[in-house]
Parts: sequence; C-alpha cells; structure tokens
Amino acid sequence: MPLLDIRNVTRRFGDFTAVDGVSLAIEAGEFFTLLGPSGCGKTTLLRMIAGFDLPDAGQILLDGVDLAATPPERRPVRTVFQSYALFPHMTVHGNVAFPLQMAGTPARDIPGKVAAALEDVRLTGFDRRYPHELSGGQKQRVAIARALVTHPTMLLLDEPLAALDAKLREELQIELIHLQREAGITFVYVTHDQTEALALSHRIAVMNKGKVEQLDEPSVIYRFPRSRFVADFIGQCNLFSGPIRANAAGAVTLDVEGLGAVKVAAQTALAAGAPASIALRPEQIRIGAGDAAAPADNRYEGTVADLLYMGDVTVYRVNTAGGARVEALLANSQTGRAKFFEPGDRVVVDWPAAAGHFIED
Amino acid sequence: MAADARRHEAARARWLVSGPPLLYLLVFFAAPTLIMVLASFRSPGEFGGLAPLRDDTGALDLNVDAYVRFFTETVYAQVFVKSLVFALVTTLVCLALAYPLAALIARSPKKSRDILLLLVILPFWSNFLIRIYAWMILLGPNAALARAVNGVLGWFGAGPVPLLFSSFAVLVCLVYVHLPFMVLPLYANLEKHDPALLDAAQDLGASAWQRFWRITFPLSLPGVYAGAALVFIPALGIFAIPDLLGGPDDTLIGNLIKQQFLETRDWPFGSVLSIVLTVSALALVGLAAWLGRGATRGAERVGA
Ligand SMILES: Nc1ncnc2c1ncn2[C@@H]1O[C@H](COP(=O)(O)OP(=O)(O)O)[C@@H](O)[C@H]1O
Ligand SMILES: [Mg+2]
Repeated sequence: MPLLDIRNVTRRFGDFTAVDGVSLAIEAGEFFTLLGPSGCGKTTLLRMIAGFDLPDAGQILLDGVDLAATPPERRPVRTVFQSYALFPHMTVHGNVAFPLQMAGTPARDIPGKVAAALEDVRLTGFDRRYPHELSGGQKQRVAIARALVTHPTMLLLDEPLAALDAKLREELQIELIHLQREAGITFVYVTHDQTEALALSHRIAVMNKGKVEQLDEPSVIYRFPRSRFVADFIGQCNLFSGPIRANAAGAVTLDVEGLGAVKVAAQTALAAGAPASIALRPEQIRIGAGDAAAPADNRYEGTVADLLYMGDVTVYRVNTAGGARVEALLANSQTGRAKFFEPGDRVVVDWPAAAGHFIED
Repeated sequence: MAADARRHEAARARWLVSGPPLLYLLVFFAAPTLIMVLASFRSPGEFGGLAPLRDDTGALDLNVDAYVRFFTETVYAQVFVKSLVFALVTTLVCLALAYPLAALIARSPKKSRDILLLLVILPFWSNFLIRIYAWMILLGPNAALARAVNGVLGWFGAGPVPLLFSSFAVLVCLVYVHLPFMVLPLYANLEKHDPALLDAAQDLGASAWQRFWRITFPLSLPGVYAGAALVFIPALGIFAIPDLLGGPDDTLIGNLIKQQFLETRDWPFGSVLSIVLTVSALALVGLAAWLGRGATRGAERVGA
C-alpha cells in the first residue's frame, strides 16, 4: 500500500480547473517531485495534501485513511513554505520549539530535540537569533528544522530553494538529499526547475495544466519523454515534427520541414501520413566540419547561426540548408580550445537513428 | 570636495524640511508648557489669574503652595485615581471591542475594507458636542433604552435607575468617542500580517486559539500599544463628557482643571493639576513601553 494515495483529485476555482483528475501513489521513504511550469497546479495540489484546501472531487488517502475530515493541524504532514513563514517574533529556538509545544512535548525534552534538529540542518549556535538576523539560506534551514523536529510522516516542500542564488541552491540540494536519506521521511517536493527535479528526485510527476503528463524516474523522463510538452520542458531538446513517411523494421522516418527525411528507431502502430514527433537532445548530435564523411542515419549540412558558450559546454545553433534550426551541444573538454566553431562556419550535423526518441502526437 | 558639498546640501535640505514643524512645536507646545510650569510656582491673583511675579517689596514671589495643596488634600488624589480608573476601563473596553472589529476589516476583501474603514471614522464627520448631546437623548429617561432597562429591573422588583448623568453614561460615551482611535492602529497592524504565518502555525499543529494567542496577538502588540496610548491619554484628560453626561460624583481631573482656569480662576493650582496629569500620563505610557519592551521584539517586522 502506498503511503500517500491521491485518487482522481480535482480542484476548480470558478470555471478554471487548477488540478484536473490527478492520481498519484507515493511510497514511504520516497523523494517525490511535482514538476511543472508556474500555474500548473502544483501548489494547489500540495495545499490539498496539507489540508489547507479540499478537493472538489477525488480522495487523498494517507496510510489508507481518507484525510478529508482531518484538519491541517492534525495531519501528520509538515509544509516548508516558499516564503519560509518563520515567526518573526520568536527566536530560532522559539520557532523550532513551536511544533513540539503544540504537540504537548514535556518542557524538559524540548531543548534537546531543538538542538538535535538544528544540528541536522547545521545551525548549531543560532538558537537565540531572530529570523531577521538570518540569511536566506539560514532561514530556509530553520524552516526545515522546524518542520522535521517532530518527525512527521511526510514533508511537503513548495519551491523551497526558489528564492536562493544558484550556488547556495546547489549546496542546499545536496543537504536535502542527505537529510531525506538520513531522516527516512517521505518528501513531496514542488519545483518548476527541471534540473533541480532531476538532481533530487527518486520519481518525478511532470504536470501541465492541472494534469500529470508523465510519472517516471528522472533518467526515464529525460531520455524517454512521453509527450512533446515533457520533452520540451525537461532540458534542452530539438523537436522535429511531421507526417510519417515510412514505418518498417523498427525504424520510423518522418518528413520534417526544412530537414527532409529524419529517421528514428521506434516501434509504432501508426501508419504512413500520421503526424508524429522526434525528440533529440543536443548532446546526442555530432557536429563536425564536414570532412569526416562517416555515414550516419541522419546527416545535414548547415551554418552556425549563433552559439552559447557556457564554460564546460558550448551550445551551437545550426541553420540547415533547408532552413531548419538544430541545436547541438559540444563539451569543451579539449585543453587549449574553448570553441570549435564560430558563427558563419559551415558544419555538418549528424546523429544515429537510435539517438532520437519517437513521440506519437 | 564635491562629496562634502553634497552632504552639506543634504543636511540643509533636511533642516529646511524638518525646521518648520520643529519650530511650530517649539513655539506652540514647549513655550506654553514652560509658562504653565512657571505659573504653577506663582501665587493666584486676588481676582483670579496670577499675582505679580514680584511682590510689593520687589522680591520674587515663587512658592510651592499649590503643590502642597494637591498632595495634602486627599480629595484631589481621589479624583485623580477615579480619572485613571475611567481611562483604564475605557482603554480595556475599547481594546476588547476594537480587536475583533479590526481583525474583521483586515481579513475582509480589499474592496469592502475601504468602506468599513470609512464607517469607522464616519462619526468624525459630525461635531464632537453634537454626538455627546445625541447620547443625552439616547440615554435619557424617556428613551427606549432607559425604559427597556427599567422595565426589566421592575420585573425583579428593583427601582428605576437613571442611565443619564451617571458613571455608566460617562463610560459608554468615553468608549464611543475613543473606539476609532483603537480600531485604526490595530487595523493598520493586523492588515500587514502575513497569512502564511497562520498557515504555518496551523501546519505545525496549532489550534485556532493557539494561532491567535501565539502568533496574531504578539505580532499585534505594537498596534495594541499605539491604540492604548491614543485612547488612554485623551480619556485621562477629558472634561466635556463628564460635564454633560456625568452625575455630581463624576468629576474627573479634566473637569477640575477646567474649573481652576474658567471658574475658580486659580491658575497656579490649575497648572499643578495639568502638570501632574501630563507627568503621570507620560510615566504610565513609558512604564507600559518598558514592560512590553521584550514582547514586541521582532514584531515590528511582521511577516519577515
Ligand atoms: N484561491 C484561488 N482562487 C482562484 N484561483 C486560484 C487560487 N489558487 C490558485 N489559483 C489558480 O490555480 C492555478 C494553479 O495555481 P498554483 O497551484 O498556485 O500553481 P503552481 O504552484 O503550479 O504555480 C493558477 O492559475 C492560479 O491562478
Ligand atoms: Mg506554486
């Protein structure tokens, strides 16, 4: 039995459906992420799990028990809010002690538990500070300590790192992974940042317009996106669309405008003429000067339109002779060379049929 | 140096802006206060007002007779204590009535808030005295209220009581007049509260009462103090309400002061009463601020 069972949950605001028939089963001990663009209903779903909002239809079961009649203060789940929501008139100690006091923990046990929770988030010695005397990262750590101090069954985190700068965010991501593993508490994590979702999660539910588009492990979501939306939302992706020209022996060929025939390894029942797409990650594409005439399933000539130098890698945007745009990524691992091509260079891009991922439209 | 010149410029601009109000306070507050302090040490004139500063022999006529009178005749201390009690009761009743009202306004939709606030300050649109006279009618012996109260009392065999010209009438009107001064600062404070804090508290296991007592109330203390000061200080010195609605026993310190200046024309003693009033109001507000100094720590940063 899953720890949290969300069955066909729908929530409407007026005639707008914010969460639309979502079903999810989250296992105990899992680091589960709800990923999707802003406005897709992630917070609404999280608030229904916490109890601040109730579904218009469907059920939310925790350990097999329907939560509908349980108010937020009696649910064994804790929320870490994006705005931290620390109590400004209480010290760090007061904030972390608060849920213990609410739970009726004997006063003599409280200091020890607070100290242990603060140690877990590496904030020992900050007890007597007030929230306004802390940095953003420290506030977030206090919020996490406060949520974990009573050892809840489940922790809900709503974009907890969104307000922090990139370096601190990475540091806290690693700490979150450790915390989750050591505490063994189920995390339901909400983010719109796909790299964060891929880095942290055991499983990801990609949401779009109130619906779950795909639920899988990060590597599967990245490599085998089920829809154009998922392919586009997760990482950089070339999306080639067009009618099927041929479908035989595990290989499908599409007629793509600007490229011509594009071949991809796939099994599909779709007949010729049906619209379909191919998702192709930039790092799967080989880009060369055109001298090495190695035969490839897909090979196109073009010119470099522009490039994005990102330090470790460079992204080249190539305009093909037919007018299509292909994004290719090259690692800058060769010493002494930062960029292989300049805008205007004539290049050849190619990739094997197995590199792409076939998506039925 | 250009930077120095800029700094001088900024300093001058500051003085230009803050100069006029400072001057105004100096002339119209500090100067009268000084005159009053001086007057409290002088002798009353034969026909009211003040006796000449130098007597016939040319010696300075300064004494503490008026102070001695205040501290030796217990009747003044009694009036003073009564005034303190009235002001305190008014403040507490205002707080109890204003808190739910301010919270209601702060939580209502943005559109209706302005209308509700307008209703709170609506009484200010009519004259203060007219509003007190209105209470004379409302509490009068022939008004529905007095009849209803006395009707109920009659059932229990108790004699009819007059509502008007009583401490009750004074208190009712004191509360009525000062209520907006409690509502407005409380509303200004409560309106700033971050609703996420209450969500967080609830999420962490706090019941409705615990959420109020541990989060909302402590965070609202700056508003409570501001409102209490705005009600307590004017209520302490008020004279019009007890004059018009009170009975013979409802003389308050404000009435005493008014009497000294307008009727008895004993300016030195009136000055002493005024000074005692000002000093005790300052002392009480200072004491409250000192007692509450820890309680509002961090509360100024509502929603930090
Ligand atoms: N209380 C509400 N009333 C009306 N609309 C709401 C309310 N809460 C959320 N919405 C709408 O529901 C949609 C989903 O919101 P939300 O769950 O906050 O998205 P996300 O967290 O994924 O960015 C948004 O379009 C938002 O405007
Ligand atoms: Mg959100």
